[in-house]
Amino acid sequence: MNTRNRPLSPHLQVYRLPLAAVMSISHRATGVLLTVGTLMLAYWLGAAAYGPDAFARAQAFVGSWFGILLLLGWSACLFYHLCNGVRHLLWDAGWGFELPQTFRANYVVLACAAGLTVLCWIAGFAAWRI
Amino acid sequence: MRMESPLGRARGLGSAKEGVGHWWAQRLTAIALVPLSLWFVISVIALLGADHARFQAWLATPGNTAMMVLLIIATFHHAQLGVQVVIEDYVHDEAIKTASLIALKLAAVALGVFSVVAVLNVATGG
Repeated sequence: MNTRNRPLSPHLQVYRLPLAAVMSISHRATGVLLTVGTLMLAYWLGAAAYGPDAFARAQAFVGSWFGILLLLGWSACLFYHLCNGVRHLLWDAGWGFELPQTFRANYVVLACAAGLTVLCWIAGFAAWRI
Repeated sequence: MRMESPLGRARGLGSAKEGVGHWWAQRLTAIALVPLSLWFVISVIALLGADHARFQAWLATPGNTAMMVLLIIATFHHAQLGVQVVIEDYVHDEAIKTASLIALKLAAVALGVFSVVAVLNVATGG
């Protein structure tokens, strides 16, 4: 029995994943990270309900270097998951299954996610100064 | 050694008839979260450095209260649907998988209800 020409499933350790595959697993990873981020949302809203002192502590944490680092990460995750999610919805509608469209959409998603993240932080720092 | 035929085994493992419900709910919440999450980001930027009084005044307007409650419901529903699939894909021990799913669903409901109660509490000046 000739076993030489059988297709092998990719070994993840040695197989260079195509961009579409990296973006697919990133959609999952960012989704999980954003789920962790809901803890912060619940804490922030809860602090507001517990009163001015608790809310001031929450706002101070959000404004600390660690808080800003978390927000930076979550905003990038959110915009990536949002942009790639819109692509998933377009796929669900039957659009964009041809290979050239898929390759192009990879870069459109990455550019939109990066652009929105940068825009969001420019707006954030502008609002912070005022 | 299994004595049942492959077909008999497949029948026992067949569709639970609710996959479409999960898929549909995930898409519906995804569509809702496109405008909701953009609204949320813009709101957070507008509220940077806000004190309690300003935050309360902002959240107490009916539009913002409604949007925040909708955001919470859509976010927690969408998150638990997504993480459920991740657990089902990667956790193969049946007992750990079931325990993880129970913990996930309960935590999502608990955190979601807590967040909505917090919003209503602030919005009504409590």
